[in-house]
Amino acid sequence: MFEQLNEKDFGTPKRNSEQEVTLEIDGMHVTVAAGTSIMRAAAESGVNIPKLCATDSLEPFGSCRLCLVEIEGRKGYPASCTTPAETGMKVRTQSPKLQSLRKGVMELYLSDHPLDCLTCAANGNCELQDMAGVTGLREVRYGYDGENHLHSKKDESNPYFTYDPSKCIVCNRCVRACEETQGTFALTISGRGFDSRVSAGQDQPFMESECVSCGACVQACPTATLQEKSVIAIGQAEHSIETTCAYCGVGCGFNAEMKGNQVVRMVPSKNGRANEGHSCVKGRFAWGYATHQDRILKPMIRGKFTDPWREVSWAEALDYAASEFKRIQNKYGRDSIGGIVSSRCTNEEGYLVQKLVRTAFGNNNVDTCARVCHSPTGYGLKQTLGESAGTQTFKSVEHSDVILVIGANPTDAHPVFASRMKKRLRAGARLIVIDPRKTELVSSPHIKAAFHLPLKPGTNVAMLSALAHVIVTEGLLANDFIASRCEDTAFRAWRDFVALPENSPEAMQDITGVSAELVRGAARLYATGGNAAIYYGLGVTEHAQGSTAVMGIANLAMATGNIGREGVGVNPLRGQNNVQGSCDIGSFPHELPGYRHVSDSTTRHLFEQAWGVEIQAEPGLRIPNMFDAALDGSFKGMYCQGEDLVQSDPNTQHVTAALAAMECIVVQDIFMNETAMYAHVFLPGSSFLEKDGTFTNAERRISRVRKVMPPKAGYADWEVTIQLAQRLGYEMNYQHPSEIMDEIARLTPTFHGVSYQKIDALGSIQWPCNDDAPEGTPTMHVDEFVRGKGRFIITKYVATDEKITRKFPLILTTGRILSQYNVGVQTRRTENVQWHEQDLLEIHPHDAEERGIQDGGWVSIQSRAGETVLRAKVSERMQPGVVYTTFHFPESGANVITTENSDWATNCPEYKVTAVQVMPVSEPSAWQKTHTRFSKAQQALLAQAKLV
Amino acid sequence: MDMHNLIHMANQIGSFYEAMPDQEEALLGISGHLHNFWEPRMRKQLLEYVDAEAGKELKPIVLSAIRAHRNQLSPRP
Repeated sequence: MFEQLNEKDFGTPKRNSEQEVTLEIDGMHVTVAAGTSIMRAAAESGVNIPKLCATDSLEPFGSCRLCLVEIEGRKGYPASCTTPAETGMKVRTQSPKLQSLRKGVMELYLSDHPLDCLTCAANGNCELQDMAGVTGLREVRYGYDGENHLHSKKDESNPYFTYDPSKCIVCNRCVRACEETQGTFALTISGRGFDSRVSAGQDQPFMESECVSCGACVQACPTATLQEKSVIAIGQAEHSIETTCAYCGVGCGFNAEMKGNQVVRMVPSKNGRANEGHSCVKGRFAWGYATHQDRILKPMIRGKFTDPWREVSWAEALDYAASEFKRIQNKYGRDSIGGIVSSRCTNEEGYLVQKLVRTAFGNNNVDTCARVCHSPTGYGLKQTLGESAGTQTFKSVEHSDVILVIGANPTDAHPVFASRMKKRLRAGARLIVIDPRKTELVSSPHIKAAFHLPLKPGTNVAMLSALAHVIVTEGLLANDFIASRCEDTAFRAWRDFVALPENSPEAMQDITGVSAELVRGAARLYATGGNAAIYYGLGVTEHAQGSTAVMGIANLAMATGNIGREGVGVNPLRGQNNVQGSCDIGSFPHELPGYRHVSDSTTRHLFEQAWGVEIQAEPGLRIPNMFDAALDGSFKGMYCQGEDLVQSDPNTQHVTAALAAMECIVVQDIFMNETAMYAHVFLPGSSFLEKDGTFTNAERRISRVRKVMPPKAGYADWEVTIQLAQRLGYEMNYQHPSEIMDEIARLTPTFHGVSYQKIDALGSIQWPCNDDAPEGTPTMHVDEFVRGKGRFIITKYVATDEKITRKFPLILTTGRILSQYNVGVQTRRTENVQWHEQDLLEIHPHDAEERGIQDGGWVSIQSRAGETVLRAKVSERMQPGVVYTTFHFPESGANVITTENSDWATNCPEYKVTAVQVMPVSEPSAWQKTHTRFSKAQQALLAQAKLV
Repeated sequence: MDMHNLIHMANQIGSFYEAMPDQEEALLGISGHLHNFWEPRMRKQLLEYVDAEAGKELKPIVLSAIRAHRNQLSPRP
């Protein structure tokens, strides 16, 4: 969908009020919501009042004095941005006096502004330039001989944008954007009067300040003071296409501003319901990977993974892949192969991969990377509430009075939602953080958690039971809600269970490491503080009791009646862009699209009729089961689309042994990732900029992904899957991804009302979308739960088998940081490496001192599974006994250490708890040396392909 | 597949259902979970282990569930 390059700016934010006011603006009668500014009222009726310091993403400031108006019966010339519209007002926006005043203001601005418009990067997209034109300024009488800022030094430290103080008009929009929109408070105005300048941190270069490079300031800047380097290099875009970010599960809407097929910049869309015009450093700036020189653009094949690659035609590669899959099935049986759906690809592409497995392969051996992140969410919420998804919109947090964040660090992993959450916290909502680490949310500018419960890793269920115990035994239950909305027998059993003394905070404090007093305080606040919402992440799911903890969270929400309206709910913060979607469209080995079990004959027959094949009624292999089956010789082939199993799955050496034991691995990816080094066929993938489709974010919001450039390797991923299926003897006939979505909608009750036409019309749709909810469902479980009555489930704490010992006395937990994304395959190929160029091991000063570890020194991390070496970062963010690292670089080998322990219900790996020892060393681990040799050898085999 | 791993996974499932006050519901829960989420070759191997070694390393509740609902767990021919 082509968008105009600059979205209309109404000057001040929209106000929501049931009351309306009617006023007269330039003789026109205008009716707006009470609280609306005169500036916005005028803009909504098509009258654009000149402005510079006002923009509709920020609260009015009233400093530039350009938006002055005349109001009948009032003295002076009030600023229209800060003056609310009132019934009966008569406003004039243009008069000779106003023109004269505005012209005078502009003249002063331009007396200290370089007049280099023709060569300025903002030429054609500069509000100062526009206002000079609007006010009719023809000369600057003051000259340029006096004191000025025209030769101020430019700050080019940030890799993505420049700060040129000579062009700054000190409108404060950047400072306010950093505060109001992003919530980082990195910018300020230093100095007074003439010396007033925008300043990052303590008057530091941007890269040395606490700026997180979200770009909100760049977007807010009305001049070229803060300007994207890509715009400086390329020039202004000539068209714009609305699409959806391919990074985290927030699913921000963006306008890809283009010059032909070249991206000039990505601008977060005000129409994006998930982000409402905001973004993070990844989505806004880190898109350069899509055209990185490392992209593999030619299909390749080889007999063994130790052979050189050979570039071949698409036809030869697909013929070879299909013939190998057939050969393997003939030799080892129908169930000896399977496929992996990517949570980074579109819904339509995921749907086709699972369809290929269930039709052309004839089995249910399909799984997705949600296995290793949020599969417990799907299981736990289905069991308790009846649907495998979060219950709210992101915007719902604006109505929360209490926010409980458990096992999540949205500041780093879901930054745009974190900004929204912080805005609500600054407005007075109270915060409970349950996390082993003192994350940024616990204490940051203008944010302080009412309670931080720094529990020991692996004790979430104990903590949730203790919180429930307080709610039950102190009479804080929402009895009316429970009586009308929940299964009585299950509730009574749960109530009696959590009320047992063994579940009290006092009994649990030795297990969790958190004082009973803190737990009681947090429970009381959650239960009695008003609208209470729970947000959780992988710190909940990636445990041996991940599913149990998800059920425990749902129990808490039901017990306190915090479900079924705005401001409350159970909100999983999904990791990758399309984790929710990949689960929705049938990527799990036991479920057909819409979370319906393969043993359900009615559902199976529906798909059998549509697809013209018989579908197996037994569940297929999950990813870890595939590895085990590969090692026992019964699983030999895999079609892996857009997923790096080697780097992202636990116990790397187990994974690579399994892959090495297989006979045909087909990897479809944009880069030669770690898994592709074990592959026999490489099919070039397409980035999110090169295809049409949809992503579904953590709010169940289905948003369009739109092709802004042709696929670099010739085909979009969905087209490749179709061709592979055809060569396996199964015809798929789709001309466009919209037809795939039509099929999903036809066969899936929760998607019955979804179509590209409707998404285009509405902007995005939150499923369920069907006859009962034709425009989607922002809040779930409003009048009743999807399963009818909510079901409390007993969640007994069971200690993980991964226990600390004298040999392995520390607990390693893993996570992610803001600038890198998942296994880093995209962000490592961008300038984001300037913020994070290697994974580090964070360790508490006490643990470091005990071991003679210096900050920045090399340390070995050893577990039962393996050993790797990283540099140490001594940090009080950690609690003693717990160490932490990220997994963004393959050579770090974070998953060499993690074990195969997994969630009891879903096999989601227990990434968050690994018993380790950490000691200073002076050289890489044996695994790292082997990995370096193997990677070099694989690069050489790849180089040979390019020589052919 | 690695029998030790299968036993460990089955016992984890048992640990979850052990907390249920209704024993019959717990046994049905365990067998239902194995039926719904374990691929047939995994269930087959588990049943063979029960037959060959009396499921000696399985939790009693898991063994009881398998014995009570064996028909449900046998892979379809």
